[in-house]
Amino acid sequence: MTDLSASLPAVDTGPLKRAARWRPAEFGFWLLPVAGWFLFPDDLALLTQIAITALFALSLDIVLGYAGMITLGHAAFFGLGAYAAGMMPAYLGIGDPLLGLLAAALVAGLGGFGTSFLVLRGTGLTRLMVTVGIGMMLYEAANKASGFTGGVDGLPGVDMAPVLGLFEFDLYGQTAYIYAVVVLFGMFLIARRIVMSPFGLSLKAIHQNDTRMPALGVSVNSRLRVAWTLGAVFAGVAGALLTQTTQFVALDVLGFSRSAEVLLILILGGAGRLYGALVGTIAFLLLHHVLAGLDPEYWQLWIGLILIGVVLFARDGILGGLARLGARLHLRRARP
Amino acid sequence: MTAPALETRGLARTFGSFVATNNVSLTIAPGARHALIGPNGAGKTTLINLLTGFLEPTRGQVFLMGEDVTALSQSRRVRKGLARTFQINRLFADLTVLETVTLAVGERAGIGRRFWRPVGAHGEVIDAAARIITDLHLGEVANSRVKDLAYGRQRLVEIALALAMQPKVLLLDEPAAGVPTSESRQLFETLAGLPADVTVLLIEHDMDLVFRFAERISVLVAGSILIEDTPAVLADHPLVREVYLGEGAVHG
Repeated sequence: MTDLSASLPAVDTGPLKRAARWRPAEFGFWLLPVAGWFLFPDDLALLTQIAITALFALSLDIVLGYAGMITLGHAAFFGLGAYAAGMMPAYLGIGDPLLGLLAAALVAGLGGFGTSFLVLRGTGLTRLMVTVGIGMMLYEAANKASGFTGGVDGLPGVDMAPVLGLFEFDLYGQTAYIYAVVVLFGMFLIARRIVMSPFGLSLKAIHQNDTRMPALGVSVNSRLRVAWTLGAVFAGVAGALLTQTTQFVALDVLGFSRSAEVLLILILGGAGRLYGALVGTIAFLLLHHVLAGLDPEYWQLWIGLILIGVVLFARDGILGGLARLGARLHLRRARP
Repeated sequence: MTAPALETRGLARTFGSFVATNNVSLTIAPGARHALIGPNGAGKTTLINLLTGFLEPTRGQVFLMGEDVTALSQSRRVRKGLARTFQINRLFADLTVLETVTLAVGERAGIGRRFWRPVGAHGEVIDAAARIITDLHLGEVANSRVKDLAYGRQRLVEIALALAMQPKVLLLDEPAAGVPTSESRQLFETLAGLPADVTVLLIEHDMDLVFRFAERISVLVAGSILIEDTPAVLADHPLVREVYLGEGAVHG
């Protein structure tokens, strides 16, 4: 066997070693927020919403797309972050946005770590029900503790200081937009590193075959616990961005429909692909915006039909569909 | 005298009233090439599951390098040097062969929790994976997804995964099952080329493979070890012939 190995085809390790390099399409993608600034100066509020929701969807992508943990309670961590970021100025008088992000990340992360023990006790449907339960309990807790959270009236007194002490949040939402996009980009870079690391590879492997991992000496639950907590941290930062850019916290940050919507968005864009979260958010919120303008009464019907269409014809979302289309075109071109 | 690489003492497992493993005491010396044979339903897979810690025994103990590992979880036993392959392919369908083996080498090297530098920056791990892949003649498909590989090659990826764990003891659960004859020669060469210091316990239906590979053979029937001896002795043993009657004649 050894005398043969000299003549064996060598393993091409290049693709794996270069996998983390930035591709041209990625640079192109990140020109979109710049283009949005110049093309739609009157719609910055919508674009800010897109950036925040994209970060929220990205946080779900870590949990669902990579680690393979289905959840319908992800708004719990978005809401924890939103309230934490609101209470910093409202109760502690700390209006610095970056400190607010930090507090939100911390609180949501603690919430994520604590709930991970519950979530990891079951699998499949049991786990899904646990996530729903966690979301509902937090919603009700925030609703009942109205003296603390403002309940259905929302949390007032969220007065934000300028970003870095320099950039005041303005009425046109210009600072808010740039701030949200920069935070999204920073968090995206972190997520990108994580999913391309050995830890990220182990999450993908767990997602595909969790029963095989113990035979590689891996304790599956401890990896999933980290992924769940990370997802909570990212969601918390997204929630904080919403609080800071709107200077208000409404009870619906914890709502079930927010958990369901972000799941739709991720599946629409393509789970487990990083950019799927971002593309899905852009597609969903633009659709929402355009359809609600065209047909204020029945826009939800149209959005539902489009979603069903996407799921029927591209089960792995917009990006998955595009990837398969690209592969097919490539094959056709390669054929003589 | 050094401790056996793998040893069981009075190992038993029952499922309700069904006795799947009955008082099995097995001693396998370091570096041995040991085979376990027996008809369908003899309890071979249950025994493997008891050895790896996938199942808990009803009674008895498992020792790895002289250390009692009966209470340890599957993943802890793996970290102590016990690796296995699976009878039915249990791979990561969407990962490439190189990613799969890199994952295993990385876990073995203890970098599986690192979350900042990309996989591609851990060149030494990838190169180690590439060497295993080359040794198993999988070089040309290294960047193919595992699910796109022929079945025989997927079996080799199973073995590559186990080898990546640098095991002291390797349990091979029917590695030849489902492998077409055209590819079984390469499988045998792979098994014959396993490092000499690795202790191998082979569980296999293919008697040809067993009698060429093993130095000692244990025959498992109805959960008990019926007999243990060298292939030369067992090939003509009436008991083995009886047990395998109807499963085809034994070729020496």
